[in-house]
Amino acid sequence: MYRYDEFDHTLVTERVHQFRDQVERRLSGELTEDQFKPLRLMNGLYLQLHAYMLRVAVPYGTLSSTQMRKLAYIARRYDKGYGHFTTRQNIQFNWPKLEETPDILAELAEVEMHAIQTSGNCIRNTTSDQFAGAAADEIEDPRVYCEIIRQWSTLHPEFTFLPRKFKIAVTGADHDRAAVRVHDIGLQMCRNEAGEVGFEVIVGGGLGRTPVIGQTIREFLPKQHLLSYLEAILRVYNQLGRRDNLYKARIKILVRSEGIENFKRLVEEEWSHIKDSALQLPEDEIARIETYFAPPRYECLDDTVREFEVKRFEDRDFASWVRTNVTAHKEPGYAVATISLKPTGKPPGDASAWQMDAIADLAESYSFSEIRVTHEQNLVLPNVKKADLYALWQSLRDVELATPNAGLLSDMIACPGLDYCNLANARSIPVAQRISERFSDLERQHDIGSLKIKISGCINACGHHHVGHIGLLGVDKKGEEFYQITLGGSADENTAIGKIVGPAFSYDDVVDAVEKIVDTYLNIRSEDEEFSDTFRRVGLTPFKETLYAAH
Amino acid sequence: MPLIKEGVLVEDLWQSIADEEALIDGPVVVSLERWQSERESLLARNTPLGVRLKSDQSPALIAEDLERLDLVALEFPKFNDGRAYSYARLLRDRYGFKGEVRAVGGVFRDQFLLMQRCGFDAFEVADKAAAEAWEKAISEISVTYQPGADARRPALALRRNRPAA
Amino acid sequence: MSVQILTANRLGDGAVVYRAKAGGWTERLGESLVLATPEDAAPVLAAAETPQASLEIVGPYLMPVDNSGGQIRPVETREFIRAQGPSVQFGNGHEVENTPLSLAG
Ligand code: HEM
Ligand code: SF4
Repeated sequence: MYRYDEFDHTLVTERVHQFRDQVERRLSGELTEDQFKPLRLMNGLYLQLHAYMLRVAVPYGTLSSTQMRKLAYIARRYDKGYGHFTTRQNIQFNWPKLEETPDILAELAEVEMHAIQTSGNCIRNTTSDQFAGAAADEIEDPRVYCEIIRQWSTLHPEFTFLPRKFKIAVTGADHDRAAVRVHDIGLQMCRNEAGEVGFEVIVGGGLGRTPVIGQTIREFLPKQHLLSYLEAILRVYNQLGRRDNLYKARIKILVRSEGIENFKRLVEEEWSHIKDSALQLPEDEIARIETYFAPPRYECLDDTVREFEVKRFEDRDFASWVRTNVTAHKEPGYAVATISLKPTGKPPGDASAWQMDAIADLAESYSFSEIRVTHEQNLVLPNVKKADLYALWQSLRDVELATPNAGLLSDMIACPGLDYCNLANARSIPVAQRISERFSDLERQHDIGSLKIKISGCINACGHHHVGHIGLLGVDKKGEEFYQITLGGSADENTAIGKIVGPAFSYDDVVDAVEKIVDTYLNIRSEDEEFSDTFRRVGLTPFKETLYAAH
Repeated sequence: MPLIKEGVLVEDLWQSIADEEALIDGPVVVSLERWQSERESLLARNTPLGVRLKSDQSPALIAEDLERLDLVALEFPKFNDGRAYSYARLLRDRYGFKGEVRAVGGVFRDQFLLMQRCGFDAFEVADKAAAEAWEKAISEISVTYQPGADARRPALALRRNRPAA
Repeated sequence: MSVQILTANRLGDGAVVYRAKAGGWTERLGESLVLATPEDAAPVLAAAETPQASLEIVGPYLMPVDNSGGQIRPVETREFIRAQGPSVQFGNGHEVENTPLSLAG
């Protein structure tokens, strides 16, 4: 993992002092709310329905046990004993006090964490593949470049007041677990013909009100030019992105109005001036950061582990968890374990302080003290010996974290919605809870197979509904909560935006509607077909027919 | 508006001239439009000249003229309109402009550091009190991660110069 | 035309507050000052938008309520949730300080 050196420590500590001073100026009346709001947002502090909300950055989703314990401590000491892990691999606390946030930030700084740029119209936390470093299908560990981007983007003086927020994602694997095509910039590591590793640069993707799939602006960018190329894109965007309309301000709109070719011309022209500037990444700097992400000291193991196979044979519940929540590791004898934060009937992504502490301990015992946050709002222990999986699973069960549903229907994404969010039209969490209760039979979920339901409480699409196989979007109909359903979206390397199936359903009816969609799929699928395959084959019509058949 | 240079309130020696106003003697700042239409006569005056750019006017529009200008004023119609941060960098890094780059539109102290790093060296503030906060505002964050248009050395350069551990 | 009350979030901790009948701000909906007409409401809102008021609260706005039967009840779902807290249990049921309330009405 990356460790702060004196520069990083100094910056984060100074930032805490700066924010403390800003809070004091607000409380004393020296700053008005209008002046203070952008300053607090720059530090991840929102005002929600019931309280402030603090979003803490988990850079590229990697946490140590020490950091997780600190999050648990903060949840207990300053909040109501829990936190919410988000699709952007961050964690949100829903009840901090304004007066206490500087103290929370100081606590975070002690464990090399911060809330810098987790909100506001600046470059946000860079996200990545939750299996980075452990995935069998990876070219290189993308977190090295995420860290390089994190530093470059932190308090970047030129890009603090962009037209709109700016999100970058990096993946090192062919199978895209970081949704790079729906980010403002997506970086896909790849090799050129000479076998050198660099990046395919994708620009102008995004969800929100206008979902757009990003386009490739450069097939191959050598590593040393990463920062100059990003700076060139941001500089063009900062000057030309729209500022007259909040909903047209993202880079996706600029790329679309310029056309990718013209946009590319502008970027490459800018880049030609700064390519060989001080932004060029020296090889020794890349190497220096790489040492932080060196693989842990794996033992030399056989890939077939007898005691694991025996347990799997003997214990059906364990076998069921392994089937969904355990993924292949690049190292023989090791596995990647996903901890589902989607127990039946609970808010997706929530973890209590008690659970966070338990996870920190388990990571220490079984995964080199390392934890990942996934963009599907789960946690991952990336480096578990197969021989330890059974013990790990038993311990997870004790803290209600062994739900065997990763990738299944009940592994839903849901935004905070109207239970917390100031912008919401409708609730998301209780809809997710009701769906998971309706489908609580795991046999049934296994039979249904891979099916991703994603729920947003409004058009801002924090719950990624556009790219859900089934997407639910909360809308307001004369003061009532309604849900528009989209089908056929996808967030992986076959990114697709879902299509609206028809008129929206009420809060009471929406779960029935989801069940009808699932039943329709079960009726018409051909053998081994996953939901998205069936949808691609048959389109909307059969679903429409069953959903809107005369009663 | 009060003007801060090198951290202190100074008297503003420049006159900002609105488009419908007649020119006066001494150093003047005119809009881009006026500069474009009265370029020859302005140059003939032989007094210091400045051009004021709105936030949708890139300095690329006056790149050819920069040698003859002593000041470029960049407008911030709202503090969150951040275009001029890029303009300042272009003026300094791309065009090598050595004159004054002035931020106009009521700068407040939380912007000083960012602006200075982008190459601004003069700041019109809404409130004189901002001058008192200057020192603190530009020194409260001492680490920079990225090269800018100022003299601060980014962490990368400092790390590389560090004696090997 | 329904009657209104004035609501905001408290500056220090963000808690939902209402303009109180007794003056100042209260966390109890039942204690809020009911404003029968837009003419009644305007000056109360204006007073909450001053720099002085912003030392106490953030984002004041008027919300419709139903006070038939002598009890003040929100009209909008959003305001029910603001008044009562999230409609879902949180913290996965561990160490929680509050209990979830079902949405009335
Ligand atoms: C609770 C307070 C939140 C507020 C006020 C909020 C606000 C917003 C807004 C206004 C947008 C639209 C921005 C645009 O398209 O320009 C947005 C997008 C987004 N938010 Fe949130 N959000 C919140 C919570 C979350 C949470 C909890 C997550 C993760 C679970 C999240 C993840 C995202 C993502 C992934 C997007 C859309 C992707 C994109 O930027 O294109 N947000 N949010
Ligand atoms: S999608 Fe809408 S309701 Fe959900 S968190 Fe985002 S802004 Fe709030």
